[in-house]
Amino acid sequence: MAKKKITVALAGNPNSGKTSIFNMLTGAHQHVGNYPGVTVEKREGTCKYMDFEMTVVDLPGTYSLAAHSTEELVARNFLIEQEPDVVVDIIDASNIERNLYLATQLIEMDLPLVLAFNMSDIAKQEGLVFDIEHLSALLEAKIVPTVGNKGKGRVELLNAIVESVQETKGTRRHKVNYGEEIEHELGILEQIIIETEESLVRKYNPRWLAVKMLERDRDIISKVNNQKLLNAINSSSEHLKGIFGDNPEIVIADRRYGFISGACQETIKSTVELRHNVSDMIDAIATNRFFGLPVFLILMYVVFQLTFTFGAYPMGWLEEFFGWGGGAIATFWPAGSESWFKSLLIDGVIGGVGGVIVFLPNILLLFLAISVLEDSGYMARAAFVMDRIMHKIGLHGKSFIPMLIGFGCSVPAIMGARILENRRNRLTTIMVIPLMSCGARLTIYALLIPAFFAEKWRGPMLWIIYLIGIVLAMVCAKILRLTVFRGETTPFVMELPPYRMPTLKSVCIHMWQRGWMYLRKAGTIILAISIILWAAMSYPKPGDESLAGLDTAQAEQQKLEYSVIGRVGRAIEPVLKPLGFDWKIGTALIGATAAKEVFVSQLAIVYAVGSDKENSESLREKLQTNYTPLTGFCIMLFCLIYAPCVATVAVTRHESGSWRWALFQFFALTVIAYVLTFVVYQIGSLLI
Amino acid sequence: MEEKKARPLSRVSAGETVRLVRIDAGAGLNSRLTAMGLIPKVEIKVVKSGRPGPFVISVKGSKMMLGRGVVHKILVI
Repeated sequence: MAKKKITVALAGNPNSGKTSIFNMLTGAHQHVGNYPGVTVEKREGTCKYMDFEMTVVDLPGTYSLAAHSTEELVARNFLIEQEPDVVVDIIDASNIERNLYLATQLIEMDLPLVLAFNMSDIAKQEGLVFDIEHLSALLEAKIVPTVGNKGKGRVELLNAIVESVQETKGTRRHKVNYGEEIEHELGILEQIIIETEESLVRKYNPRWLAVKMLERDRDIISKVNNQKLLNAINSSSEHLKGIFGDNPEIVIADRRYGFISGACQETIKSTVELRHNVSDMIDAIATNRFFGLPVFLILMYVVFQLTFTFGAYPMGWLEEFFGWGGGAIATFWPAGSESWFKSLLIDGVIGGVGGVIVFLPNILLLFLAISVLEDSGYMARAAFVMDRIMHKIGLHGKSFIPMLIGFGCSVPAIMGARILENRRNRLTTIMVIPLMSCGARLTIYALLIPAFFAEKWRGPMLWIIYLIGIVLAMVCAKILRLTVFRGETTPFVMELPPYRMPTLKSVCIHMWQRGWMYLRKAGTIILAISIILWAAMSYPKPGDESLAGLDTAQAEQQKLEYSVIGRVGRAIEPVLKPLGFDWKIGTALIGATAAKEVFVSQLAIVYAVGSDKENSESLREKLQTNYTPLTGFCIMLFCLIYAPCVATVAVTRHESGSWRWALFQFFALTVIAYVLTFVVYQIGSLLI
Repeated sequence: MEEKKARPLSRVSAGETVRLVRIDAGAGLNSRLTAMGLIPKVEIKVVKSGRPGPFVISVKGSKMMLGRGVVHKILVI
């Protein structure tokens, strides 16, 4: 027998454990995308139960369904336009009063509603006892206690969903009573709406519209076409303001809470005295004026060490694997033969894409760490601690987190900027993340610093480079916030949830989802660009005669000079001269747009020392003889700032929603790099 | 009748409990704060006062952080 298809929408406050319920229902059958036109994550999954095939949609977490933020609008529009068969509101049972505010708005939307009282284990611990039947009747919704992160309540929840679908509409009142005066005005408005706005009535419930209009909902009011209704809204509002002394939307909110409060008073008993819990004790240190910042820095250091030390092992394995893979593919061709396809596969595809996939362990570990920090609730404390500094440069406290990740790799850092709700903040943060010198650039510094600086200067030199990056990022962020992304700083309002123990399962799911996105998105563009760069590095090829008598390293050097990239390097030499660079450095810089590490291997080829790592000593010698320390410093400065690698560009494009910002970032950084390096080199040459 | 005058939340010290009078902010911020529990007459306990850093308050059983710009706009008694 064919299964019935239904859609179930999950709504709820942030921090209510909505995601764990989503995971509990859908298991591995889920995928993440975007709502069209906005960078709000859309999570969808499927679940089969009895004779139903459910599509479960995880709506963005919101505190209400007003029209003031993208998340709220997206959630609301989904509920109205897609008309899911059931809505499940996930409620933090240990924090019911505030969580039910959203429920009151859902009640008014005429959709079958199920309330999942999540974290019911914590509620029990705190001594809360619910009269579920009574509360369910008052709220007109089935109530199911659940413990999402332990998978408890799954069957009961599914049963409630199934039963709710089968209820017939119209047996419910769907109303929150707002009191005589407001109800009177609502009645008036409803009448006028039905008379004058036929098209709206077809799509929306008239009473819901009336409530929204009294609340001055921007989205709904913009849809009103006739003056009569607009006048009526104004006069009702004025009338109510006269009676209550407050705007109607405040009174309506007050009545909602009143309704909730009344329902709760009748049905919830607290049997244990509230005491200072563990969260408060931890916070005494984590948000402490003196200890807060050090605690944060230590934690970040630990995260860093974890990802890059532990990540190094699987990275090594992957590098070997790709090396082996390249060799294995080479065996398909008779030894010594030169096939362009073979070269394309090995140097272009495996070299390029492999270079990106090799980062996957790092990225997964980074996301693992972030998931743990988020799920445990610490992230909110981090934002608290960093807020003051971030505020000075015009960013939100949370901005520091993706920036910190950028010290490892820009790609997950830019993806991590999603935690910033405000688009201007997010874009500003994304724009400056490449200035947080990443792990790949470290290979360049590791080559150049020992080549040009005496031992005692090496540590400080590295420090200085990193510091320049940070300072520059702050300056650029400030400038961006004063110009391109000008606007009020988002008011800093953030819930401080109690600390919770993250579960391995939820953390792993988060980590895996983000890692998969990295692979899929960055991977496709990188494949394309890697091939283009490979072609530019390999063609045109010099004739065999010009290579006669040269050893492998020298032959490679010749080929590089002859190729597109080599020629472009020569062509731009005049432009690079004022920076103290020559065409050889130019070639390496172009190659490094694929991935920063390529700088080192390109430089090795162009100096004919062969591109294996063992030869870096001889490469350093060559560099020493050919360039001054000033130039060495300028190269590092330029590499720190100029165009981010292809992977970064791809991810910026994806996260910002258009090529415009990715290209802006690319060119702006390059221009800044040029100007700064120019100034440093010119002044430096005068002084030294 | 209360003798005290309404003052912004920014002037309240840690440990004090006050009641909300009104919020002087735009529709967006107002709506957000309301949805998080800040309605007239609600009890607010100041857990941590800014100076420096954001305020931490407890409302309706949950804690939240408010930046300096925001606390100036919340009037309490």
